[in-house]
Amino acid sequence: MIGALTLGHFLTLGAMLFALSVIGIFLNRKNLIVLLMAIELMLLAVNLNFVAFSHYLGNMDGQVFVFFILTVAAAESAIGLAILVVLFRNRASINVEELDALKG
Amino acid sequence: MDITTILFYVFSGILLVSSFRVITARSTVHAALFLILSFFTASCIWMLLKAEFLAIALVLVYIGAVMVLFLFVVMMLDLNTDSLREGFWKHLPVAAVIGALIAFEMGIVLMGGFQLSEAPQLTAEQVKLGNTKLLGIEIYTSYLYPLQIAAVLLLVAIVAAIALTLRRRKDSRAMDASEQVKVTKADRLKIVKMAPTVAAPAQPNEGGQA
Repeated sequence: MIGALTLGHFLTLGAMLFALSVIGIFLNRKNLIVLLMAIELMLLAVNLNFVAFSHYLGNMDGQVFVFFILTVAAAESAIGLAILVVLFRNRASINVEELDALKG
Repeated sequence: MDITTILFYVFSGILLVSSFRVITARSTVHAALFLILSFFTASCIWMLLKAEFLAIALVLVYIGAVMVLFLFVVMMLDLNTDSLREGFWKHLPVAAVIGALIAFEMGIVLMGGFQLSEAPQLTAEQVKLGNTKLLGIEIYTSYLYPLQIAAVLLLVAIVAAIALTLRRRKDSRAMDASEQVKVTKADRLKIVKMAPTVAAPAQPNEGGQA
């Protein structure tokens, strides 16, 4: 029989989500947009852990931190997509393997 | 086993399946739509954790703004998805190993503890205030300075995104009315003083035939 929900349930879900998005980064090595989406999923997994800890420890600080992470993630995706648009305008491609101008 | 537990398992299933579809979807538009589904399900899970304000903020900010931005960008770019998916399954062994490793490591940590099953009971005052007001009190008292920095960060993001994507058209023939009004005679007309010249007398032809 399945018992009551524990903190471990939520942390396990967050861990699975994080592992899944890492796999996604490896699978979609060429598509820059899907890479950005996988990063968003990672941030979601981290936020889930923060909210779960905040609930089970009775401490609001975790939720405040999630608030700030949401702010930073929104700024990050806005600038990331702007860079993507400029990149596509100049190179007509978002294939990561073709973006080797810096010879890194 | 109460209704909350059943809801948790249902939402977790939807969340994992939709995030799996995000990373494997053939078309990028489908990936963005599945990402919206996973964000929505995550906000339902946050509701189970009694974080109402953040759940609503996730729906409004993420699904309402960021994901729409993603969809716009995906539709604006004319992508060749087939060439982007080339060698997709080639990376699967590495990806599976790394993913299993991460799951294993996190499993070790999770086995060691975190079996808190009971959240501390909210006091009567906390129940009366509600999650949103509690969060607001926390943000606007102890975290006021970080909040201002976050606001400046958003401003910087706005300026950066606009500055990156703004472009002036080279073939634009738009006129600036104020510059046209302010123009003076000296800007347009230039009077050049030149020394008077006398035309040279016509030279007789060398051959003398005429």
